Amino acid sequence: MTTVLTDQFELDYRTIEETAKELYIRALKILPPQVKRGFERLQRDETDGTAKTILGTMVENIAVAERTRNLLCQDTGIPIYNVVVGRDVRLDGVALKEALRRGAERATREHPLRSSVVHPITRINEQTSCGRGIPVINVDFDNAPRQIRIEMIPKGSGSENGSFLQMLIPAQGIDGIKTFVIDKVIELGGRVCPPTIVGVGVGGTSDVCMHLAKVAATRPLGSACEDPEGEKLEKMLSIAVNSLGIGPQGLGGRGTSFAVHVETAATHITMNPVAVNIQCHSARRASAVISADDIEYGF
Amino acid sequence: MAHHVLPMPIDERQVRELRAGDTVTLERTLFGIRDATQIHMFDRGRTTRFDLKGHAVIHTAPNVRSVPKDEANPVGIAPVCIGTTTSQRMERFTRPLMEREGVRVIIGKGGLGDQSRQAFQDIGGAYLAIVGGAAALETTWIEAIEDVDLDDLNPESLWRFRIRGFGPILVAMDAHGGSLYDKVGETAAANRAAALAGLGVAQ
Repeated sequence: MTTVLTDQFELDYRTIEETAKELYIRALKILPPQVKRGFERLQRDETDGTAKTILGTMVENIAVAERTRNLLCQDTGIPIYNVVVGRDVRLDGVALKEALRRGAERATREHPLRSSVVHPITRINEQTSCGRGIPVINVDFDNAPRQIRIEMIPKGSGSENGSFLQMLIPAQGIDGIKTFVIDKVIELGGRVCPPTIVGVGVGGTSDVCMHLAKVAATRPLGSACEDPEGEKLEKMLSIAVNSLGIGPQGLGGRGTSFAVHVETAATHITMNPVAVNIQCHSARRASAVISADDIEYGF
Repeated sequence: MAHHVLPMPIDERQVRELRAGDTVTLERTLFGIRDATQIHMFDRGRTTRFDLKGHAVIHTAPNVRSVPKDEANPVGIAPVCIGTTTSQRMERFTRPLMEREGVRVIIGKGGLGDQSRQAFQDIGGAYLAIVGGAAALETTWIEAIEDVDLDDLNPESLWRFRIRGFGPILVAMDAHGGSLYDKVGETAAANRAAALAGLGVAQ
């Protein structure tokens, strides 16, 4: 059966490509205001001298990046595009993915940016920031009429290497989850470029759990888990991690993390999975909402 | 806590004067090195035409752009954004870097481990902590890319930077066994039980 829909928003893939390029560069240069406010909060609460100096340097760096229109951090990361397609949008999914990839490649070539992406076995760098399965493209759908939202996250490797999955068992309960998170934050110390956002996935299957941790780590700072149980847990853990004394860059102090974010999914009666994925203090993201007559950039 | 201004290269006596908690500003020359550079140098037998004796290396892979060769850009490559990366991955290369190449100072973020601390004591070396993720600022301390070797590994080539006022950065591990990371690790381990109790975890 064919239905002709006249009032649909049809995507223009050149616009998608341009936006994908612009988003990669914007994300690398302009830190979201929520993260700047996070730094202000950590600076207010900090008592350690070295930690205060380090936080001061990080804040100065944000200003230098904006003034000199430079990248905040040398790590251009692995490019991730999260796409949310609204109602009444007509699109060719393959063309959409190709446009996003071309945008990432052009940002790398035209800015230019360091290509941080290599083949996992040969370690050959194509100098495009892209490769097999990269950029990461996640597509979801929502009710927003006649628009598409694209979120770009350049995920740095120092924090990405701080990723863990543990298939705990039900008898280990919520205590096992809390202990796992605290122990991983201690183990990682300064390697993940604190102050961090600690992303925690709870539940699901193994792959879903790890993905939840990534969603949590890259969610806007200041946002809360939609599951009230997850929100309760993230509030408790946010206080706990900053009582450990790891501090900015792992050199001591209170400001180990801006926050712990938790995302949850239902799981099996025999399972109790937990995953950790870290976002560094350069918690970069950029977004754009594309509609028929406008592109609105944000974070 | 002293502040040291070090025109590179330096000798063993100078590096042994650095104490954990001191700060350092480097002048003149700094080399950039990374995972692939050291894998090729120490696991695959490649050598460099650069003399690293007495020098400092920073764990980095920079963003650069091609430009016409001139006095300011002698190899036709200009810096775009240069910062640091997590050092721990390169832990096993500290000793060969010091023994074979004569490097005295390693700069990075997050610290190095026990093998490096021992090498710093045995041979005379130090680890300086630069703030990770502050590359826009750190790029302003780099005047030029003077030369590049092993460039087939780009961006993980071996880079020679001309620097001016590179710092202040923190001496985090010294030649006397001192390590700020050890202290923080002990503090965190000691705070673990209280943190878990605060979370209501039965222990």
